[in-house]
Amino acid sequence: MTPSRTAFAAILAKDLRAELRSLQSLPAMGLFAVTTFVIFRFGLDRTSLSGSLAAGVLWATLLFAALLGVNRLWVAEREEGGFDAIRLAPIDRGALFAAKAAALLAYLLALELVVVPVFALFFLDSATALDPLVAVLALADLGLAATGTLVSSMAVHSRARDLLGPLVLLPLVVPLMIAATGASEPLLAAGGPGYHRFGTWLAVLSLYDLIFLLLGWAVFDFLLED
Amino acid sequence: MYGKGLKPLSIATVVAILAAFSLVFFYAPLDADQGFIQKIFYLHVPLAITALVGFVVGGVFAVAHLRSGNRKWDAYSYVSIHMSVIFGVAVLVTGSIWAKASWGHWWVWEEPTLVSFLIVFLMYATYYPFRYAIEDPERQARYSSVFAIMAGAFVPLNFMAVRMAQSLVHPRVFATANGGLPGSMMFTFLVCLAAVALLWVTLVKLELTAKSASGQLKRLRRALDAPAPGGGGSRIAPEVG
Repeated sequence: MTPSRTAFAAILAKDLRAELRSLQSLPAMGLFAVTTFVIFRFGLDRTSLSGSLAAGVLWATLLFAALLGVNRLWVAEREEGGFDAIRLAPIDRGALFAAKAAALLAYLLALELVVVPVFALFFLDSATALDPLVAVLALADLGLAATGTLVSSMAVHSRARDLLGPLVLLPLVVPLMIAATGASEPLLAAGGPGYHRFGTWLAVLSLYDLIFLLLGWAVFDFLLED
Repeated sequence: MYGKGLKPLSIATVVAILAAFSLVFFYAPLDADQGFIQKIFYLHVPLAITALVGFVVGGVFAVAHLRSGNRKWDAYSYVSIHMSVIFGVAVLVTGSIWAKASWGHWWVWEEPTLVSFLIVFLMYATYYPFRYAIEDPERQARYSSVFAIMAGAFVPLNFMAVRMAQSLVHPRVFATANGGLPGSMMFTFLVCLAAVALLWVTLVKLELTAKSASGQLKRLRRALDAPAPGGGGSRIAPEVG
């Protein structure tokens, strides 16, 4: 393996191991999401959802649950001196960005593995939409991981870090959410999954992912300098 | 030192704005469909174009800052975005007035350009809390530049996504081959665009001049108070000069 790839694997393994042992983010994200579903059930006064309402509830919940994980992503690095250690190590800084984004992606996938079936159980009449939904979830998670990693790595160095991450991230992911809900809405329609403009929205999601992954890779060096 | 040329530039701006408004009110024909209210088009659209171009210009300055490490470019980027956010408020207000007059509602969600602009505006509105929350001036400049680049990439993506999600109601006045506008309206519009763009440039220059002057003043005061060579600087915006 190249040094970068070794560094990537080491940082990612460290993050996942730390999360598995401390369970700081994932249980909170899951609980938050399930409770939010319950609140939506009463807020909307519906026991079953379909179409745009289902897509809206699902994505709003996932996005806000993701923010919890995004906020915690760099806290340990800052508090325990991980940033300094990485700066001292003779490795490509891009490896740190990639590893952190991969860790966040893993958290999001793990969250959805639990929460999306719960959503289906609570609100959907049938689970047939879940298979194609996986593609939308995966692409949206990739975009969230890229932007979330980038924004929270900056927010963690500010005075108002818990506030700043969500504040900057929310408008930034609006296009991602437009595409994700646009693709999910026909999938979750009442009469079984539809695929109206499914491919187009997946293309938009992929474009967003590509742009922000490349951008993160390109600018990340400047975030660690000093 | 940024003050050089500010006076002629200001005079040119005033002349251009006076010319633009005279053209709007005395030369451009009344719109057959919308009547007098259509004249807000000559203010709203140039403001919107200038604000969006200003955001992108802020991103370009940010790239220059990261590439060169010269804090001057960060000041340019900050002032460009700052001025564009102010213009953005004017765009939303004039757009809202126009929407009320021609579509009957202050806010029209079906209108992709208006919604896109709102999202872009919200994105850039977070530039201030973001910037002010970072204390170390050198890091502040670097992170703000990364923000400006990120947001610059976000602008076209956002316009694309919003437009795809909605139907088209907005007047696409330049869509057709001949511009869709009669010559006299097009000419008036271009003069208005030039006037508003000049106003933006003048205000950016004025802001930079003010910042550099207050930075110099602060440095002189510090030199008078304590002869020790001091670092530090303005927390809000870098000193230039």
